[in-house]
Amino acid sequence: MARRAEDDTVSATLIVNGKRHEVVVEPETPLLYVLRNDLKLKGTRFGCGLGQCGACTVLVDGKPVQSCDLPVSAAAGKAVTTIEGLGDAARPHPLQRAFTAEQAAQCGYCASGIIMTAKALLDVNPHPTEAQIRSALKGNLCRCGTHQRIVRAIARAAEEMSR
Amino acid sequence: MNTPRKLPGSLETNRRLDRWLRINRDGTVTVFPGKVEIGQGILTALRQIVAEELEVSLDRIRLAPADTSYSPDEGITSGSRSIQEGGVALLQAAAEARDLLLARAARRLGVSLEQLSVSDGVVTARSGGGVTYWELAAEDLLAREASGDVPPKPAARHAVIGTSVPRHDIPAKVTGAPAYVQDLELPGMLHGRIVRPPSPGARLTGIDEAQVREVPGVIAVVRDGSFLGVITEREEQAIRALNRCRRIAQWRESATLPEPDPRYLLRADAKTEMISEKSDGAAQSRAVKSLEAEYTRPHIAHASLGPSCAVAQYGDGRYTVWTHSQGIFPLRRDLSKVLGVPEDGIVVIHVEGAGCYGHNGADDAACDAALLARAVPGRPVRVQWMREDEFGWEPFGSAMVVRMRAQLDGEGRVVNWMHDLWSHGHSTRPAGKDGANLLAGWYLEKPLAAATPGNPPLPGGGSHRNAIPLYEFPNQRITNHLVLNAPLRTSALRSLGGHVNVFAIESFLDELAAAAGADPVEFRLRHLKDRRARAVIEAVAAKAGWRKSVQGDGTRGRGIGFARYKNLGCYVAVIAEVEIGNEIAVKRAWAAADAGLVINPDGLVNQIEGGIIQTVSWTLKERVQYDRNGVTPRNWEDYPILTFEEAPAVDVTLINRPDEPPLGAGEGAQGPTAGAVANAIFNAMGVRLRDMPFTRDRVVAALA
Ligand code: FES
Ligand code: FES
Repeated sequence: MARRAEDDTVSATLIVNGKRHEVVVEPETPLLYVLRNDLKLKGTRFGCGLGQCGACTVLVDGKPVQSCDLPVSAAAGKAVTTIEGLGDAARPHPLQRAFTAEQAAQCGYCASGIIMTAKALLDVNPHPTEAQIRSALKGNLCRCGTHQRIVRAIARAAEEMSR
Repeated sequence: MNTPRKLPGSLETNRRLDRWLRINRDGTVTVFPGKVEIGQGILTALRQIVAEELEVSLDRIRLAPADTSYSPDEGITSGSRSIQEGGVALLQAAAEARDLLLARAARRLGVSLEQLSVSDGVVTARSGGGVTYWELAAEDLLAREASGDVPPKPAARHAVIGTSVPRHDIPAKVTGAPAYVQDLELPGMLHGRIVRPPSPGARLTGIDEAQVREVPGVIAVVRDGSFLGVITEREEQAIRALNRCRRIAQWRESATLPEPDPRYLLRADAKTEMISEKSDGAAQSRAVKSLEAEYTRPHIAHASLGPSCAVAQYGDGRYTVWTHSQGIFPLRRDLSKVLGVPEDGIVVIHVEGAGCYGHNGADDAACDAALLARAVPGRPVRVQWMREDEFGWEPFGSAMVVRMRAQLDGEGRVVNWMHDLWSHGHSTRPAGKDGANLLAGWYLEKPLAAATPGNPPLPGGGSHRNAIPLYEFPNQRITNHLVLNAPLRTSALRSLGGHVNVFAIESFLDELAAAAGADPVEFRLRHLKDRRARAVIEAVAAKAGWRKSVQGDGTRGRGIGFARYKNLGCYVAVIAEVEIGNEIAVKRAWAAADAGLVINPDGLVNQIEGGIIQTVSWTLKERVQYDRNGVTPRNWEDYPILTFEEAPAVDVTLINRPDEPPLGAGEGAQGPTAGAVANAIFNAMGVRLRDMPFTRDRVVAALA
C-alpha cells in the first residue's frame, strides 16, 4: 500500500475473486464501497454499515467478514471472495444452485451475505446439522422470513457437495 | 350512449390492450405490468398468466419495468391486490390478444376458427398449413380497447397456472448480479446523503457550509429550509460529509411525542365511527356471563433489510427518477408538488428494492434524490439512506389499542360482541387528498403540508381492517376511533390494522372458549358458517394433529388463529406451538390457506411462510421506542428482529379452489399468527398476554 503525496488517498492492491486490482482510495474506506463502486461488484449488499446484518459478508482469506466494517487497508494483499466469485447464473456454485432449487428468496437482498457465510461454514464443516447452520447464520438477518428455506438450501448444498 | 362494459381488474381503468401486451416479430411477448416486484414473486405469477392465456412458453415473455412514460397506472402495489387487479387484467388482455391473433390467422390461412389450434405461438390449421404469432404481429393488432367478450380458459385446461414455476429472478439474485435500485450505476453518477433532523420537530438553525465543503469530494451542499443534503464524487465521501454535518449543524428541537405506551391513544382526540352493528334482543336476553379485555400493539417498523435508495437526474426542467416505490404514478403526483414542475416533466421508473412490507422510505428517498439532483444538472445522483435514516424516518405501522367486550349464553355461545379500536391512520402514501406525502417536502423553506392522514375505506379498511368478525354473533357493535393527529408518522405496514384486530379477536375468542369450557377449534367452528373458513380451520387442525382441549404442560403449548384477510381475501388458519424458556420461542407453525385459484403454489407457500415468520418477529420482539423528542432505535441492536436460531419451522397446506377467483396471500397470515401465538402461550402456561410484544418482562409481569 503506497501513500500518495497529493491527498489522503493510498493506492492499494486487492485480490478479489482471484483477480488483482489497484485502487486509489482513502485507507479507512470500508471494503464494501470499494467492491461495489470501484470494482462494480454489486452483489455484496449494503444493509446497515454497522456490522449488524450480514448483508455485506465476504470471505477474506476464507473467513466470513462484514465488508462494511473492514477498512480497505486491512484487506489489502489478502484473498477476498465475493458472491460473484462463487459462480454466476450460467455456472452456479452448489450453494447458489440449492438456493434456486429451494426458491430460498423472497426479495433476495439477504442472499449474498448468507451464501458467503454458508460457504465459510461448509468449508470447515461439510456436514453441518440444522442447529449448526442456524447458529452459523447468527450474524445474518432476513426480514422477509425466508429462514426455513434458506436453512434447507444450505443443507441441500452440503449434501450435494459431499456426493 | 352505451356505457362501456365493466372490465376485470385494472383493465377497467387502462382499457387498451397495447397498454398491457405487445407481440413482437422476434418471437417474444412483452408484458407491461403496472404492479411491481416487492419480493413477493408477483412478476412470475403474471408471466404464468400470460403464458397460459396466450399459449406461449414462459421463456418468450419479457417484462417491461414499470415506468410512468408507458406503463398502465395500477396505483399502488399493496393490499395483496396484485393478482386481483393486475393478474386478472392480464388474464383478460392475453385471452383477447389470443383471440385477435387467431382471427388474423384464420383469415391468412383461409380457414374457419374451429380449424385452428395453437402451441407456443404456432397456429396450425387442421387441414395443414400454419402461421406464427410473430408473423401475424403488427402495430395495429392490439391498438384497441378490450371488449370483455372473450372468456379466459376454464381452469380445467390450465397447464401453466397452478404449477410451481420457479421464480425467474432468483438465479440472478443469488449469484450477486445487480438487481436492486441500490445497484444502479449511471454514467457520471454522484453520491448523496441527507442530513435528517435529530427528531421530527427539529428545525435547522445554522450550518457552516464552508466546513462541509472542506471534506474531500464534496460537490455541493444543498440546503432548503431544514432540508439538508450533500453531494460528493464517491460514496464514502458522502458519508464523511454527512457525519461532518451531523457534528456541526445546529437544530432547534421540540418535544412532540407522547408517552411511549399505546394507551396514549385512548386519551387523544378521535373521530369515532360505528362500522358494524347487529342486534337481536332475544339472543341478548340469554346472556349469562360477561367478559372484557384490552389488547395493544406498539408502533412497528417495516425495517427493510436494504435501506431506501433512489437515483435521480435533472436537466432542462425535467426529472427522471429511479425508485423502489410501490406506486410510481402516485409518487409522481406528489413529486410534482414538491419540485414545482408539472407531472409530465417527471418520469418515474421502478427498479426493485429489498422487501418493503408496505410504505417505507422508498418514496421519500426518491424525493430526496430529485431535490439533490436539481443542484447538479446533467448528473445523476444516488441517494442511499443510512440504516439510522430508515429506522428514524420511515412511516411506522401505527400503535393500536383494542377493547373487547362479549357475553355468553348458558350453552357457550357468544350472544353479544363489542370491539372498539383506537389507532392512527394506516395510509399516508403519496397522492393523498390534499398536501404532499413526501418527507423532505415538510422541511423546505416553503414547506408543504402533509396530507390529512386517513384510512383506506371499508370493506378493505385501514385501522379497521378485519375489525368486523367473520364469526356469526347475533349482537355486535364495532367502533373505530381514528386518532388523526399522529405525533409519529404512520402508514401502511403489511396487513394494516388486520394484525392487531385479528390478534384481539382471536385472543378474545380463546378467552371466551376457556370461559365456556370449550375447545378453541370447536368453539370457532361453532360460530362460523362460511364453508371456506371452516375448511381451513379443519385442515390446519388435521395437519397439526390438534387434540381437543389438551392443556399445555407449563412450558409447551399450542394455539390457533384464523381470519379471512379483509373479509374478502384469502382464508388463513394458523396453529403455533410455543416453548417457554428464558424467552418465548415459537418452535413450529402450521397454516392452511385458501386463496381461490392458485396461480403458483410454491410462490404462495413462500409468501405465507414469510408472513408467519415475520409476524412471529413482530409479535414476540418488536417495538419502536421513542422519547419525547424522537425515535430512539436507530440500528438492529436497538430494534432486534427474529434470528435464524429463533425462526420457527413452518408447514403450509393449500386448498386450491380452481373455480374461485385468485386472491393474493401476502398479508393473510399476519393476524392469525399473532392470535395463534398468544393463544399458544396461554395454553402452555395459563397466562394471557394482551400487550405486544411478548417479551420475557411481559411474561414475568403476567405471572406476578
Ligand atoms: S451492511 Fe455490513 S453488516 Fe450490515
Ligand atoms: S429474502 Fe428478503 S431479506 Fe431475506
